[in-house]
Amino acid sequence: MAKVLLSAKGIKIRFGGVVAADGIDLDVLQGENLAIIGPNGAGKTTFLNISTGYLRPQAGSITFLGQEITAQLPRTITKLGIARAFQIPQLFLDHTVMENMLIAAASRLGSPSGYTALSALPELPEMERLLDLVGVKLYASRKARELPEGQRKLVDIALALALKPRLLLMDEPTSGVASAEKLEIMDILTSALAKENVTSVFVEHDMDMVERYAHRVAVWNVGKIQKVGTPAEVLADPKVREQVIGI
Amino acid sequence: MSGRIKPVTTIALIFFLVSAVGPLLVSSWATLFALILAKGIVVLGIILLLQAGQVSFGHAMFFATGAYTAAFWGKYVGGGDIVLFIALGGITSAVFGLIVGLFVVRYREIFFGMLNLAFSMVLWSLLEKMFHYTNGADGIRVPRPALLGLSFTPETFQYVILYVSLLIAVVAFYGVQRYLDSPLGHMLRAIKSNETRLEYLGTSARRVLLIGYVISAFLGGIGGTLVAIIQQIATPEFGFWTKSGEFVFIAILGGSAHAFGAFAGAAMFECVRFYAAAHLADTWQLILGVVLIVIILYAPNGLIALRQRYGQAKQGGH
Ligand SMILES: Nc1ncnc2c1ncn2[C@@H]1O[C@H](COP(=O)(O)OP(=O)(O)OP(=O)(O)O)[C@@H](O)[C@H]1O
Ligand SMILES: [Mg+2]
Repeated sequence: MAKVLLSAKGIKIRFGGVVAADGIDLDVLQGENLAIIGPNGAGKTTFLNISTGYLRPQAGSITFLGQEITAQLPRTITKLGIARAFQIPQLFLDHTVMENMLIAAASRLGSPSGYTALSALPELPEMERLLDLVGVKLYASRKARELPEGQRKLVDIALALALKPRLLLMDEPTSGVASAEKLEIMDILTSALAKENVTSVFVEHDMDMVERYAHRVAVWNVGKIQKVGTPAEVLADPKVREQVIGI
Repeated sequence: MSGRIKPVTTIALIFFLVSAVGPLLVSSWATLFALILAKGIVVLGIILLLQAGQVSFGHAMFFATGAYTAAFWGKYVGGGDIVLFIALGGITSAVFGLIVGLFVVRYREIFFGMLNLAFSMVLWSLLEKMFHYTNGADGIRVPRPALLGLSFTPETFQYVILYVSLLIAVVAFYGVQRYLDSPLGHMLRAIKSNETRLEYLGTSARRVLLIGYVISAFLGGIGGTLVAIIQQIATPEFGFWTKSGEFVFIAILGGSAHAFGAFAGAAMFECVRFYAAAHLADTWQLILGVVLIVIILYAPNGLIALRQRYGQAKQGGH
């Protein structure tokens, strides 16, 4: 039995009349890649928001390695080892891509200097390696603002990796990336995650990606988890096929 | 990036050189340049906060704190030394900045600006109303201090305070540039572009802003101490909201993209005031108003960006 890294119990949240989480119970196991699938508006992003402290659930609790993290601040949860890549990339647009990475590195190290140059951080080669890993090293000295959306998403993932997390939450990591490159990036990313012992949860709409890269799949539907299982089990389920995948 | 900073640094060096040599040729410039440098130091602090996208409409409170620190020392202790005044003015302002900062860094934009204004108005009222201690609106005279134990005649003293201001300005300018290029400085700018991401990297945006705020208060205090010594007086006006507005005005005039904007703006501001006030009586505000309109319309990034703009226009012509 693999160790439970993140555990959600009875998570509930509603926004006015919209129920975005209606009793979510989910365990994320150490070392796995867990895919979250489900129709638009099912509450997938909301779950990531709650897990990282951005939203406070109206009921339920979340633990990380047995430690209660419900309603902690995002920065506290980040420090515990949960990093996040966003559905809409969240970058420092006025900084270069490398500066973005170095700010992440400086954040991870803590007590940032107010005197020595950011570019003199010894983490620079490591940040270069991470940018190379997700395939955007080419853009290192460009302003984040100048990058197309797909590349920004990859930088967003690299920023999360720069934190050396134990758990990486990714919201549609390769949406906006051309489908030919998707496979290549996910291949590299998942092997890097495995090598560095990072557990991942990724929201995904593309069932090919789910089949290829997920160890387990959780199906979201109107704030509830409809089914959890291996990709084969889940994708074979007629109800899931009809309601979520739409075949 | 560095290719763009270099010309500004060159202009900064020329400016500091002119500040050092010019007053030797024209003696009325000694006080003018000392004032430009002292105010430039204050505006450096405004520029720091602008990096984080925050505008303080109450920064004169630190300017006044520095000025009154020197004034109170003169009034209650007596004597005094430039070095002592500056050290004390800087420290009291930084401590005051830490206390006010703990409140204001929770807010952003208009709320940040207005809360600063509110704190500054409280200080201004106290200075104005506690007549017994502060002489109210008349202010407190700041007798000419010594420098490391040496006393000077008024003629020599204007040069002494000029060179002290110049030394501090150069150090502050260099320090702020280093700071803006450091991880903490980049995090300050990150607050402006994406505070959410900064928090998701594990950094407290409030803490980053608080550090910037305290440094900014420190610079404001030192500038205030210098101006009180130069003008030999501290009045509640030092902490009035129009004074805060003046510092923001100078920062926008000069441009906040580079630390030198503080001195470019201060030089423009004080020169217009100095010459227009001498020749055109009460019209200097009018002239500055027009200058600011022109700047906002044609060089929204301030005087220091004019060069860049000119360069781009030339490139576009090819
Ligand atoms: N902060 C919020 N305030 C109000 N409503 C919200 C908020 N966050 C999410 N919602 C609503 O909750 C529902 C679930 O949203 P969520 O973003 O979690 O869906 P999702 O599964 O990620 O969808 P998608 O696949 O489109 O990204 C939606 O109806 C959304 O409008
Ligand atoms: Mg979503």
